[in-house]
Order: sequence, then structure tokens, then C-alpha cells
Amino acid sequence: MSGPYFGYILAAYGFAALVVGGLVLRAFWDHRTQVRALAALEARGVRRRSRRAATP
Amino acid sequence: MLTALANPTRFLALSGRVLPWLSGAAAVVLAVGFWLVFFNVPDDYQQGATVRIMYVHVPAAWLSLFLYAMMTASAIGTLVWRHPLADVAQKAAAPIGAAFTFLCLVTGAIWGKPMWGTWWVWDARLTSELVLLLIYLGIIGLWRAFEEPSAAARAVAIMTLVGFVNIPIVKFSVDWWNTLHQPASVFRLGGSSIDASMLWPLLVTAVGFSLLAIALHLSGMRTEILRRRVRALSLQEAQRREPLPGSQPASIEVTP
Repeated sequence: MSGPYFGYILAAYGFAALVVGGLVLRAFWDHRTQVRALAALEARGVRRRSRRAATP
Repeated sequence: MLTALANPTRFLALSGRVLPWLSGAAAVVLAVGFWLVFFNVPDDYQQGATVRIMYVHVPAAWLSLFLYAMMTASAIGTLVWRHPLADVAQKAAAPIGAAFTFLCLVTGAIWGKPMWGTWWVWDARLTSELVLLLIYLGIIGLWRAFEEPSAAARAVAIMTLVGFVNIPIVKFSVDWWNTLHQPASVFRLGGSSIDASMLWPLLVTAVGFSLLAIALHLSGMRTEILRRRVRALSLQEAQRREPLPGSQPASIEVTP
């Protein structure tokens, strides 16, 4: 695809890829950060009540 | 069913099973949609190849409204039932809604330049969509202004309900005022004014982007639940180290 509007179409889809990619990366990164923080707390012996009840 | 789902632990378990399938479906539907857009959709007789920008711009516009409507429903859940999962749903939707609103505005400007001869005009549709972005940003800012999540949720819920006034303005602005932006062409009385060869790919990309937005929202809700657990446990840990004067000692399980 080429033509007088190629640059506009490329810019629109490029920007869309940037926004969607950013949202997906942010979701992964944020989730991983919280999972690690929770694991670190539990490793220090701080547990939720429901987890404590389940722990023998 | 809804009561069972409203338990955060059950929600985490169920959404954990649904999320991979939802993400996969979004990727497949979007891939099919973009294949149709770039290899099947004909050029428009007036707009030429720029009509392809519509397949990103229009789903982004729909999602900017859909996500706000979802936030409003969650805000009612926060204010009426004070359910923490409603708070979480509100909070997770705001950045995704803001991103799709921004995407709608930018792709609209890129489409507007070759078709209208200008990147921007202060007409009712464009201005109300910009106001929607500002409301989203205000809501995100308000979430960050409060230390206590449940207090933030109530303040944000009120702001979200007030901001909902803008949603019908965005939708009907092209009917109520004389705008440079075209009137509704898909959902309107008398049927769509778009030819089927262009309409079906639009519906496919709209479904694909919607599945993606729902997957991102579920993922955001899961992360927010974990963030609240991290916050609660961090407070417990801090209280264990330095108990407040006159307070009960925190009940903390310390494994050997």
C-alpha cells in the first residue's frame, strides 16, 4: 500500500500499536510487581487471615 | 452467581482461568480484522485509503464511552453496596478508558488533516471527547490523591456519576449541533450508511478491541486486588514493628 495517504495511515496504526502495546506492557509489569511484593511479604511471615487459617 | 463472583478470592480464581482465553480471542479477532482491513476493504470513493484509519478510530471512540459507562455502573456499586470489587472495577477501568479516548482523539486528528484540512477544530464532538479525556485524567488524579482506597472510591464514584453527564453529550453532539464531524453512520435509524464491504471489517475490529479492553480490565482488577492485599499486609507488618500507643498488638503469624 502506497499513495498520498500512506504516511497518515502508518501514523494512525503506529500510534495505536504504541498505545495498545503500552497498555499490555503496563498490565504485565504492574501485575508482576504486586505478585513479587506479596511473595516478599509472605516470605517475611506476614500472611492474610484466610492463609493463616489454612496453614497447619 | 453474581454474589459468588463478588468474592475477590473467587474472582481471582475465575478471572485467572478466563483471562488467557479472552486475550487469545482478542489477538485472533484483531488479526483477522486487520487482515480484512489491509487486504479486503476497498478504498472509499471520497476518502480513498484514509478510510482504513476508521478501523482504529471508531472502536477507540466506542470503547471510550463503553468503559466510562462501565465505570459509572461500578460507581453505583461502590456508593450503594460499598462493595470493594466495585471499587476495584472502577479503578482498573480509568487508565484503559483514558488510553482509548486519547487514541480516538489522536487518530481522529490524523484522519482529519487529509480529509478536513485541519488536525483539530473546536466542534461539539471533538470538544466533548476532549472533555471526556480530561474527566478520565481527573478521575485518575483523584484516585492518587487519597491514601485510603475506600475513601478514594467514594469520592471517585461521585465524580464519575457527575461526569456521566458528558456521555450523552459526546454521543448526540453531532445531532444537537452543526459539527464538522460526520453524524452517526453505523448505529442509526434506517440502518448503517456504510457499505457492507466496509461495515463488517469494522464490526470485527470493534469486537477485537472490545475483547482486548475487557481482558485488560480483568487483568487490571486482578492487579488492584493484589495491590490492596500488599497494602494491608504492609500496614500489618509496620504495626507489628511499631505498635501505635494504646492500640491492640497486631495479630501476625510469624512462621519459624
